[in-house]
Amino acid sequence: MMEYAPLSLHVPEPEVRPGDTPDFSRVVIPRAGSVARPPVDVDPKDIRDLAYSIIRVLNRDGEAVGDWAGTLTDDELKEGLRHMMTLRAFDARMLTAQRQGKTSFYMQHMGEEAVSCAFRRAMEPGDMNFPTYRQAGLLIAGGYPMVDMMNQIFSNEADPIKGRQLPVMYASKEHGFFSISGNLGTQFVQAVGWAMASAIRNDTRIAAGWIGDGSTAESDFHAALVFASTYRAPVVLNIVNNQWAISTYQGIARGGSGTFAARGLGFGLPALRVDGNDYLAVHAVAKWAVERARRGLGPTLVEYVTYRVGAHSTSDDPSAYRPKTESDAWPLGDPVIRLRNHLIKRGLWSEDRHKQMEAEIMDGVVAAQKEAERHGTLHSGGKPSVRDMFEGVYAEMPPHLRRQRQKAGV
Amino acid sequence: MPRMTMIEAIRSAMDVSMGRDETVVVFGEDVGYFGGVFRCTAGLQQKYGKSRCFDAPISELGIVGTAIGMAAYGLKPCVEVQFADYVYPAYDQIVSEAARIRYRSNGQFTCPIVIRMPTGGGIFGGQTHSQSPEALFTHVSGLKVVVPSNPRDAKGLLIAAIEDPDPVIFLEPKRLYNGPFDGHHDRPVTPWSKHEFGEVPEDHFTVPLGKAEIRREGAAVTVLAYGTMVYVAQAAAEDTGIDAEVIDLRTLLPLDLDAIVKSVKKTGRCVVVHEATLTSGFGAELAALVQEHCFYHLETPIQRVTGWDTPYPHAQEWDYFPGPRRVGEALVAAMEG
Repeated sequence: MMEYAPLSLHVPEPEVRPGDTPDFSRVVIPRAGSVARPPVDVDPKDIRDLAYSIIRVLNRDGEAVGDWAGTLTDDELKEGLRHMMTLRAFDARMLTAQRQGKTSFYMQHMGEEAVSCAFRRAMEPGDMNFPTYRQAGLLIAGGYPMVDMMNQIFSNEADPIKGRQLPVMYASKEHGFFSISGNLGTQFVQAVGWAMASAIRNDTRIAAGWIGDGSTAESDFHAALVFASTYRAPVVLNIVNNQWAISTYQGIARGGSGTFAARGLGFGLPALRVDGNDYLAVHAVAKWAVERARRGLGPTLVEYVTYRVGAHSTSDDPSAYRPKTESDAWPLGDPVIRLRNHLIKRGLWSEDRHKQMEAEIMDGVVAAQKEAERHGTLHSGGKPSVRDMFEGVYAEMPPHLRRQRQKAGV
Repeated sequence: MPRMTMIEAIRSAMDVSMGRDETVVVFGEDVGYFGGVFRCTAGLQQKYGKSRCFDAPISELGIVGTAIGMAAYGLKPCVEVQFADYVYPAYDQIVSEAARIRYRSNGQFTCPIVIRMPTGGGIFGGQTHSQSPEALFTHVSGLKVVVPSNPRDAKGLLIAAIEDPDPVIFLEPKRLYNGPFDGHHDRPVTPWSKHEFGEVPEDHFTVPLGKAEIRREGAAVTVLAYGTMVYVAQAAAEDTGIDAEVIDLRTLLPLDLDAIVKSVKKTGRCVVVHEATLTSGFGAELAALVQEHCFYHLETPIQRVTGWDTPYPHAQEWDYFPGPRRVGEALVAAMEG
């Protein structure tokens, strides 16, 4: 009779914990420019290797190299830098505002600015994003007024969504930004539905779904891939792998799969991994995937390999679960510095101009904040009326809510 | 006027809606080519094409989640969940998403979807084809919850639901699909073709959401019922000879409180009946509302007759089902106090 050793449960662990020396040796970084750019109508089964590689454009010397380079003009690159720096300045001010008690909560993008800022540039007016809470770059790069974002963060009298949502859960139909939920993963399958609707109506608009590495474990992710694959929906499905889901390292959600992108292979989807800290690479891949969707070639799954430099939110302290200096060791660098260096290398930019722009941007953010604060902050000044609390649950207020509003005396 | 079963009436509602409004789309498991396991969508794919009526993967989450996205785009999806018992994988999408999108986006995005699902027991469906989960939806702000009890209402209410700007949970009592089942399971059921409510207008008409209807006028006691229990309550009134007033609520959310209060103030007695389990059931809400609004008119305590607080059994179906005998006992108790 065969003897078996007792079974034991495998619980994955990150390589390092607080006090350890950061180690990203497991993250294999291909040389920039080494991954070929296939035609958009490529048969997904011919590019299965892209799910295990990383598409990169900017090399260590700040040069844009390879097939994926050249999707942006000089002016667009400079504007991209401005968007990322604006998002960073915005984050800095709002983090401070949260510490000052002007709002209850905030979530920053530090290290991930390129993902949403560059993606936004690949979309057209009328397209729709179904974002998570860490894609405010879609709004910044899309020209949504910072004041309105701040009004939402402060839940003040000018909050476009009337104080009904946690800070950073923006919504703007006009700017192609679907209402953020906070229940993770739900929007991923909704993006597929929106895209299916566009196809049903013989439209040419496309959708983009967003999800984090941790939330890919939700059933919504699986359902999204099933529906996207079955109906060949015109949608780009974006996984932002920033290595951490609050305190849980990405290996817990990823399991035995080599990469998150590889999850798309079983669905017959083209699955690409891209350097999420490389503005040029993100844009090139986004453009490729958007083009596929718009030409009716179907969905694309994209994994952005990046790193969450800051805490998950203002309610989180990463020093409790990862080495403090881990972000310094992240091998893909900082997206702002990398684009800046590229522009300097090409003679389009300088340290001085960079500093000058940084100051200009901060002035703009400060001015916006002043304007927003005139409408109040969470605990002082103007706030949405209590009447607003009862409005908008339905198109028309039903009798029971009317009675409750009366009881509340508003 | 044509006569229809409840299935045909529901199909006709979707047909009429799809014909009038090309943003109405219908999908779900087995819904397209085959026309649904209960045949509610038969012929719609042939008539309106595969992009407006199609089969979905077995993923209630996916069906409702994509419907929400379609609604955000501007379509009016009317989706089928094959049995109400299967809706739970979609619960997060319904509760956290569909119900709140209007509110949380301040009306920038809305969710005009209808989620149809066969509900209730009486067909030996066991615990996974018999549940009545309406209270799980009436507890959610932002939803509307409809339970029709006959073909005419089913069509008018479903068209109203499809045209409604907000998400509607549309529960179809499957035991009523072919006839007005009164709980006397040992007797043959009259088919809808021989019932006055089997007469259904062919064209477009609506029955407004939020309006109850008196099914049996009476002076002795008010029975609040919906779906299959409307007929069980009427049977109990006939069996006991108690002059009960049976109110068919039709829409649970928003509720026609005025109709309830008016009747209870007249009769001074109230029995609440539903197939769903007792504890925290919709009957609890009804009983609370009646005592809040009619306390000084009540002659006797409010009675509740419901399914037992067990999973829906298979062999013991008729011991579980709150049939005319149990409702009759409650009528007697309400009369005696």
